[in-house]
Amino acid sequence: MLMDPMGGIVRTNDGNAILREITVKHPAAKSMIDIARTQDEETGDGTTLVIVLAGEIMSKAHVFLEQRIHPTIIIQAYLQALEDMVKLAETNKAREKAKKPTTNAVPHHKRGNKNNLQKVASKEDEEGGENADPKGAAPPPDAKTPAPSTALPLGRIKIEVIITTLFRQKVKWKATASIKMATAVETMIEKIDEVKSRLGRTLGTPMRLRDLIRQVRAARTMAEERAVVDRESANIRESFRDDESPWKCRNIAKLLYIHMLGYPAHFGQMECMKLVAQPRFTDKRIGYLGAMLLLDERSEVHLLVTNSLKNDLNSQTQFVTGLALCTLGSICSSEMCRDLANEIERLVKSSNAYIKKKAALCAFRIVRKVPELMEVFISCTRSLLGEKNHGVLMGATTLVTEMCERSPDVLNHFKKLVPSLVRILKNLLMSGYSPEHDVTGISDPFLQVKLLRLLRVLGKDDPKATEEMNDILAQVATNTETAKNVGNAILYETVLTIMEIRSESGLRVLAVNILGRFLLNPDKNIRYVALNTLLKTVAVDYQAVQRHRTTVVDCLKDPDISIRKRAMELCFALINKTNITHMTKEILIFLDTADPEFKSECASKMYVATERFSPSQEWHLDTMIKVLELAGNHVPDEVVSCMIQLVSSHPSIQHYAAVRLFRSIQAQDVTNAQPLLQVAFWSIGEFGDLLLQPSDDDSSRIEEGEVVSVFELVIPSTLTSLVTKCYGVTALAKLATRFSSTLPRVQALIGANQAHIHLELQQRSIEFNRVVDAGDLKFGLLERMPIIQQNSLNAAAAPIDESMMEVTTNSNDGGNLITTNADLLGGLSLDSNSMPGVQAAPSLNAGNDLFDLIGGGGIPSSSGPATIANGLDDLLGGALGGLSVSNPLSTANISPNPSTNADPFDFLGGGTTQKSAPPSNPGVMALNSNGIEAKLVVEKDFIGGQPAELLLSVVNNNSAKVENFVFQAAVTKAYQVELQAASGSDLGLNGAQPQITQRMRIKKVADGQTLRMRTRATFTLNGSSITIQGEVNSLPGLS
Amino acid sequence: MMQFMLLFSRQGKLRLQKWYFSYLDKQKKKICRELITQILSRKPKMCAFLEYKDLKVVYKRYASLYFCCAVEEGDNELLALEIIHRYVELLDKYFGSVCELDIIFNFEKAYFILDEFLLAGEIQETSKKQVLKAIAAQDLLQEEETPQGFFEDHGLG
Repeated sequence: MLMDPMGGIVRTNDGNAILREITVKHPAAKSMIDIARTQDEETGDGTTLVIVLAGEIMSKAHVFLEQRIHPTIIIQAYLQALEDMVKLAETNKAREKAKKPTTNAVPHHKRGNKNNLQKVASKEDEEGGENADPKGAAPPPDAKTPAPSTALPLGRIKIEVIITTLFRQKVKWKATASIKMATAVETMIEKIDEVKSRLGRTLGTPMRLRDLIRQVRAARTMAEERAVVDRESANIRESFRDDESPWKCRNIAKLLYIHMLGYPAHFGQMECMKLVAQPRFTDKRIGYLGAMLLLDERSEVHLLVTNSLKNDLNSQTQFVTGLALCTLGSICSSEMCRDLANEIERLVKSSNAYIKKKAALCAFRIVRKVPELMEVFISCTRSLLGEKNHGVLMGATTLVTEMCERSPDVLNHFKKLVPSLVRILKNLLMSGYSPEHDVTGISDPFLQVKLLRLLRVLGKDDPKATEEMNDILAQVATNTETAKNVGNAILYETVLTIMEIRSESGLRVLAVNILGRFLLNPDKNIRYVALNTLLKTVAVDYQAVQRHRTTVVDCLKDPDISIRKRAMELCFALINKTNITHMTKEILIFLDTADPEFKSECASKMYVATERFSPSQEWHLDTMIKVLELAGNHVPDEVVSCMIQLVSSHPSIQHYAAVRLFRSIQAQDVTNAQPLLQVAFWSIGEFGDLLLQPSDDDSSRIEEGEVVSVFELVIPSTLTSLVTKCYGVTALAKLATRFSSTLPRVQALIGANQAHIHLELQQRSIEFNRVVDAGDLKFGLLERMPIIQQNSLNAAAAPIDESMMEVTTNSNDGGNLITTNADLLGGLSLDSNSMPGVQAAPSLNAGNDLFDLIGGGGIPSSSGPATIANGLDDLLGGALGGLSVSNPLSTANISPNPSTNADPFDFLGGGTTQKSAPPSNPGVMALNSNGIEAKLVVEKDFIGGQPAELLLSVVNNNSAKVENFVFQAAVTKAYQVELQAASGSDLGLNGAQPQITQRMRIKKVADGQTLRMRTRATFTLNGSSITIQGEVNSLPGLS
Repeated sequence: MMQFMLLFSRQGKLRLQKWYFSYLDKQKKKICRELITQILSRKPKMCAFLEYKDLKVVYKRYASLYFCCAVEEGDNELLALEIIHRYVELLDKYFGSVCELDIIFNFEKAYFILDEFLLAGEIQETSKKQVLKAIAAQDLLQEEETPQGFFEDHGLG
């Protein structure tokens, strides 16, 4: 009876159960318990026995240990004994088998319980081993003479144990005769194999591949595996020294296995080269395999293989040529391509189809790698398409497709081929069943797809070619069996072709309908493909796709997340004025259950869609409130700001909005919907007076007390975000001028955060508290905000989360500016940090604000690290679009950054970009990486013999400080550079002060050479030291 | 054009890798690691495609082994599934109801078969019979020249 620490009682006589309950720490004791457990799992019996045996065996070692025999020797003896014992067990078994042929289930059992048996055996045999050891490594007596009389008593007992175990199992296991035979034979072969291998190893041959694999698989831990691999790697390395070794290919094969396990194998590269040069096919086969796996065009060694390839390409044996072609297709560096293109061209013309097909694909690979070499193959390609062999046809089609995609001239040259391609395709469709190329009833789908793709390339923007292929496309589209994936693969390719070549409209409708059918297909892969393709075609065939709207909407409920994602995108693409109410309903259902990562994207897209197509402002508002409720905290900030603008700019809905939003936050738990709270607070604050007026549809009047209690509930809660609290406090301040009876409660709430840890909130709390007390002043200060100009769709579409985030984090410095006119801006400016879009709101100085944000952000607008600049430009672009401010100053200021403005300026349309002219002396980037920007501006050109003077200004755009900044420069020999002391070595974060300026002088020593400069800077960022380098090849303003 | 093909087990162990486009070793390891974790974490009801950088990754599970290949933007992903399937059929025919162990212990054979089926990332032979014929002929060639020692075969062992 045992009692565990929890007080539970176990009553058992099972050894394993007892051991299981006992807590042991010592590793040896643990492994003893493990023995019992294994025994229990394997046979379910004899657990106590194995422990007793193991204990006995271990105790025998004690004597030898006292005699100061090294443990490794004792272990060796144990192992030796184990081996002998296994042999003994085999002979015993054989004897038994002979005795009782009717019940000889032993071999099978032996196999099934190999581990166990060996374990048991090992216990016993170790015993014999001990005896063997002191006697001078003689075979154990019981192994040689199993007769009981000569065996030691204990060993004898152990043997009996095995035998009894075997017998016991024999009853349990009933195996059929055939399995017995098979396993017996297998065991025998294994045995012979083992002996052979062992003998071989003693004769000095390296380990066999399969033995290595076995050993690696037998390793239980990574460390063990590493040990095995390291040992064998060392052996292989050693044997590579011997150039005459006949085992080279075996060693490489093992090395390839080691390579696959992820261990270093690069030292085998040279050996592969040697191997491929051997005459033996086995060597070549493994050698080239190794070359393909270990070499790539970046390693220098691969150039050596070119010679072997050249030889083997001319080989008489087609398989050797095949190997060489295959390797060429795999490595294919440009040097190799140039060297071997002519050989390949010759092989393409060979009469052997096996070589021809491989050569054609090699040609394809060469053309892809080095397009200039295309000419070599043009002449020989045409004849390939006349071949009957499908392999050759495949190769030829691939090659032609590649060439046509690369060069318009070649494309025109091959246009003539359309009829013959159509004929090949038609033959494939018409030909009866050909077992060789058939895939579930469809004749060579691989070739069909290839041909369709080539037709697509040839027919693009060519009415004549399109005309020629219309028939066959229709035929493929209607006749292909769609029960299996293969058929759908062909149909999919056909649809792509029809869409791309702008076939006649009937065909296009047919294609879209095929996609519509795909959407209903039970196979998820096909649905995915269909949605993807529809997304691509929606721009071209809007009406045709629109017809499948309901199916697309159904896909929103698909179990597969990637299909839902695609379906959502497509849904938004399909929304228009007529279907918006219906679609919105569906999308809202989807939004309710959607995964978090969809919610944010879906919310922004909903805003864009509703803004564009809403039947009325009220509907727009209602829908967006629903979105805010459903998407909760996943709603991106820009949606909040857009909502506020929406309410602000439409006086007709302000009352409705305030009431509706109030009801919404009153009705439910809003801690998970901070954005909703923010919008609601803003609206309640601004339109508090309207809120109290009775409305037509809402019978119950809203009382001041009700409103304030919502604030009292939400603002002190720790679950409310800081930004929301800021909104709330501002709203309360505004309410202080609009409410009368609840003023003390409002004021108490405003003042509640005067000691808040968050500075911003604390400041608001204190300031507003004073303002509310300020008598008449407060009515002017806290009056309703001027109408925020409607921010258009672009602004909402522009801020893709990431760029937005970057702006948010980087505009902290801009916060200074905002706080100064916080009172003027009212609620909006409060958290301008997270609402850059709104910040541009006051229409008077919108342009300046934006400008200031950039300036305040400390990022010189002429240059910024791509990401941050992008974010800013996005913002600017978006806001500009929305506010329709055409401030030439601000555009000019961004424009000198050509690397980043291409993308963000898309919003503005091409026009704006062109308007902006670069300033006269923009300077040049000497360094631009890791958020560090160093700009060089020429201040003085070389005049006479005077040195030129340059000014370097360094800005740090990281969100952490940079210290120990050291700049170095080197110039071409004809010049000398002299750096003067820098203004400092520290850089403020986000482009703020301090910045570094440094002057340098460049002296011209000799004429004729242009000035080139290498630059380098080292600095410490976040505690780690970083070195960046750059190069200046021309300095504008320097002669 | 197929960019690479990977075979890996359910435990995430790589069983075969074939690169048709030159990547640095470091990149290869990174791609393997990322794709293997990504694919293993996908649920069975998800579709067999995923986007990885600018490639389309197509994978399919056969018993304990995942076959995964990356094709380019313009390639047909449904057909890529067929390519995988055809390769599995070839392995199956060659080994006779193939299992993971066959591929582990005869990985070089698996490579040889792949090389007869695909070349430079494109299909070179659409007939199963032809592929297996070529492999059998080469195996024979190999066998004929390998002397069988009494104690030790001289092949790969």
